[in-house]
Formats: sequence, C-alpha cells, structure tokens
Amino acid sequence: MHHGSILLIEFGAIVLALGILAAVASRFSISPIPLYLLAGLAFGQGGVLPLATSQEFVGAGAEIGVILLLFTLGLEYTAQELVGTLRSSALSGLIDLVLNATPGVLVALLLGWGPVAAVVMGGVTYVTSSGITAKVMGDLGWLGNRETPLVLSLLVFEDLTMAAYLPILTTVLAGVGFAAGLLSLGVAALTVTVVLVVALRYGRFVEKLVQGDTDEVLLLKVLGLTLLVAGLAQELQVSAAVGAFLVGIALSGPLAHTARDLLTPLRDLFAAVFFVFFGLQTDPGDLLPVAGIAAGLAVAGIVTKAATGWIAGARAGLSPTARIRAGAALIPRGEFNIVIAGLALGVTAIDPRLGPLAAAYVLVLAVIGPLAARAAEPAARRLAARAAARAAARAA
Amino acid sequence: MDIERVNLPGIGMRHSFTTGRDRRLGVVSHHTGRRDLVVYDKDDPDSAVVSVALNPAEANALAELLGTTRIVERLAELNRQVEGLVTEQISVVEGSPYADRTLGDTAARTRTGASIVAVVRDRQVFASPRPDFRFLAGDVVVVVGTAEGTDAVARILNDG
Repeated sequence: MHHGSILLIEFGAIVLALGILAAVASRFSISPIPLYLLAGLAFGQGGVLPLATSQEFVGAGAEIGVILLLFTLGLEYTAQELVGTLRSSALSGLIDLVLNATPGVLVALLLGWGPVAAVVMGGVTYVTSSGITAKVMGDLGWLGNRETPLVLSLLVFEDLTMAAYLPILTTVLAGVGFAAGLLSLGVAALTVTVVLVVALRYGRFVEKLVQGDTDEVLLLKVLGLTLLVAGLAQELQVSAAVGAFLVGIALSGPLAHTARDLLTPLRDLFAAVFFVFFGLQTDPGDLLPVAGIAAGLAVAGIVTKAATGWIAGARAGLSPTARIRAGAALIPRGEFNIVIAGLALGVTAIDPRLGPLAAAYVLVLAVIGPLAARAAEPAARRLAARAAARAAARAA
Repeated sequence: MDIERVNLPGIGMRHSFTTGRDRRLGVVSHHTGRRDLVVYDKDDPDSAVVSVALNPAEANALAELLGTTRIVERLAELNRQVEGLVTEQISVVEGSPYADRTLGDTAARTRTGASIVAVVRDRQVFASPRPDFRFLAGDVVVVVGTAEGTDAVARILNDG
C-alpha cells in the first residue's frame, strides 16, 4: 500500500474511534479523557492495533493539542482576574499546592527515582483538571453554591502556578548545569512577566493585531500567533504551553469569545490526539506493575484535595456541607497532569515507569472525581443530619 | 435590598440576594450569554437546590415577565464593547412605512444586529420598548449598534 494511504487510513481510524468514545462519554456524561487514554493504550506499542506510519504525524498533532489546551485555558481568564485571584486567595492556593504536590514528591523519592522525577510527580498529583471540575459543577448545578468562587479561584491559582512551574520543569528536565539552568529560569521569569504586563496594560494592541473582519481571518491570525509565540517560548526554554497560555490571557473581551468559539473545535480534535499520543507511548503491559502505587496515590490525591477544600472552605467561612462539596469538586485530575508527565516522556534521566504511573493515576481520578462529586452532597447532608440528631439527643 | 455580586473566573458573574421572606435567590451570568436561575435551600443558604439554565432569549422573557427591564444591563454590556459602537437617534418621518406599525414588524434587531433601546415621543421616554410597541410619525428612536447596523435601522425606518 502507498505510504500516504496508510497514514490516512490509520489516522482516520483513530479519529473515528475517538468520535465513538466521545459519544459514549457524553451519553454517560463522563469526561472523555480517560477513554482517549485507553484508546491510545489500545493502539500502538504493545497494544492490540500497532500503528505503522502515523505515529510521527500523531506526535506533531499532540504538540499542537497541548498548545491549544493551554491557549483556550488562558482565554477563559483575563489578566485582571488572575492578578485579583493571586491577591485574594494566595494562602489557600499555597495550602492546595503543598498538600497535593507532597504525595507525588514523596512517592518519587521513596521509589528512588531522584529529585527531577520528584518535581514531575509533584506536578502530576497537584493539579486539578479545571476542565472536568468546571463541567462537573455546571452539570450538578453547583455554580450558584457559596463555595464555587473559592473552587474557581483555587483553579485559577493552580493555572497560574503552572505558568511558573512549567518553565522550571522544562529547565530541570533539560538537565543543564546549575548556572545555565538559573539563566534560563531568569529568561523564563522575565518573559512571563513581560507578557503579563503587556496583557494587563496593552491587551488592546494585541487584540488590534489579530482582529479580523471574517472568522477565517481571525482564526488564522489567532492560531498563527499562538503557535508562533509557543515556538518562541520553547526556544527560550519557557515551555511552549506557557507561551500559548499567556497569549490566551492577553486576549479578552468579545474577541476572546469569538476566538474561543472558533478554536474550540480545533482544540477538541488536537487535544484528543494528544491524549491518544500519550497512551500510544505507554505500553499497556507497563500499567500493571504500577497499578498498586497508582491506586495508593489516587487515594492520597482524594484525601489531600478533600482536606484542601475543607481547610480553604473554613478560611472562607463556609458551612461543612459546602466545604465537603469544595473538596470533592477539586478531586478530578486530567489534561494537565498528562501534559506534565508528557514533558518527561523520553527524557533519559526519568524512570520509564513514570509515564504509566501518571496515566494510571489520571485514569483513576478522572473517573472517580466526578462520581465523588456526585456522592458528596448526599453524604454531607447525612453527616449534617446525624450531627444534628446527636446534638438533639445530648440536649434531651 | 443588598445584591451580592461575585466574580466567577472563567465562567462569568453571580448576583444573589435574600428576599424579605428569607429565601435566597441568585443568577449566574455566563460569558456565553447563558443565565442560570438559582434557588437556594431554605435551611442552608450555601447550597443551591434548583438551578435552571436559560438562553439569552429565555432570560429576557423571564425578566420581562418579572416586570423589570434589562435596559440598564444591555447598555452596560454595550458600554463594555464601546469601541466600534454608536448610539443614534432616528426620526420616524411622516410617510415612513413603519409609522403606525409595531416594533416587532421592523424585525430591526434580527435584520441589522442593532438594538432599539428607547423611543422618545413628545419628550416622554419609552425605555426598552416591547415588540408590540406601536411607532407614530414624529417618534425619535434611539438605536445602539455598529455604525452599519444603526444606518441599516435608519434605512428600514425610512424606506422599509
């Protein structure tokens, strides 16, 4: 068969399979991410359907997928919202960071994977999937609840932390010496600051630059600018994803809405390709040996996020029911945990078991997270009722 | 009445208040234009018991039914996008095809994207006129929209 036709057949089969999985996911209103990962495991190395030619093509698509994921995330927020959140919920955000990065760091160190892997694993266990959480809260009608602003501000804080963390991770993974590493970190910090200032003060000019009369013009300009900045950021060791995130932040207002509508279909396609690609590079056979560790980490991840919700909720003066809901809403992990683990794939200094561990961890928590959120409200009510009954009994 | 306003980063804005009879109500305004009408638990004001999603047209209809006009909000919305936006006053001239016909008949918003936000008649202002509002010759119509949109409304009112 012709090389080109094999590529088309393989890629077409993958995308078609993803479409069917997405339909299943939406039928049961669960996140499609774990299904995409499973599809990636089924295709490719050690899976049931090895791919002959399309791996490279899928790899390029996956890279664009990461960039678009972060870009559309940036579009959700304005620079003002980010700065405001940083001021108002820095302490809760730090509690979230410390509580949830610790299990990952500890596991990596206990397994003897070294400090670099510990930095990666800390990120993998830390970040909540803002996509899944926002969807779950919308589906359950939680947007009106008192804890919702708290949960959202924690998500914003996490995303901001990513903007600092990803360049650090990129530098650490590059394995350069201390001085060179410090230099590239400096460059990264400077770039992030410059872009944030531009976004805050001169966002209008960026918008003028990409403005177009037709959707076509806008789509091409925005996509081009995003990929270009992402590439430049990568060149400066800032990480392509952060570059894209910052472009998203610089765009706001009506333009951001149109850009989001235009780019969301592209993001859905390439992000799905990204999850498949991550699965492709993971041999399903490698999952079993790490399953125990992943399950333990998942339990720890549930406990630490619940504790985060409980503590941050108490600081915000919320009722126990609302605090339990806040913790449950934070449990899902998803896209960014895989993005972080994806950066570490193929780096020789990293233990090869890290990829499968991250995949298993996300598979578990992307499924359990929304279920836990659904169970949280009735459980919290039962607890509240029992506490009230006990108080009444004591009074009588 | 105190209306509490909270930012929901990435989603939009939430307004909520407590009624005189101690029920808490809220509205979540999404960036996308969707509105959620939220009713809180009688015993636990932190928790929503009902959340109804409304599209912009439904939200408008509900607001009209409740007897409030959304004009202030609409103007605020328009002010946010102030660049490229104009407000124009257009007279309904004698012999206009829409003199003695209703606002709904013009279908101005669907045809031009511009909104008729008020009508001035004999120094009296009819804010946020409804579709069944009947124009008379001599009315001055206040239109907000893009330059093309408001021009198109002027053409419609003059020539049909």
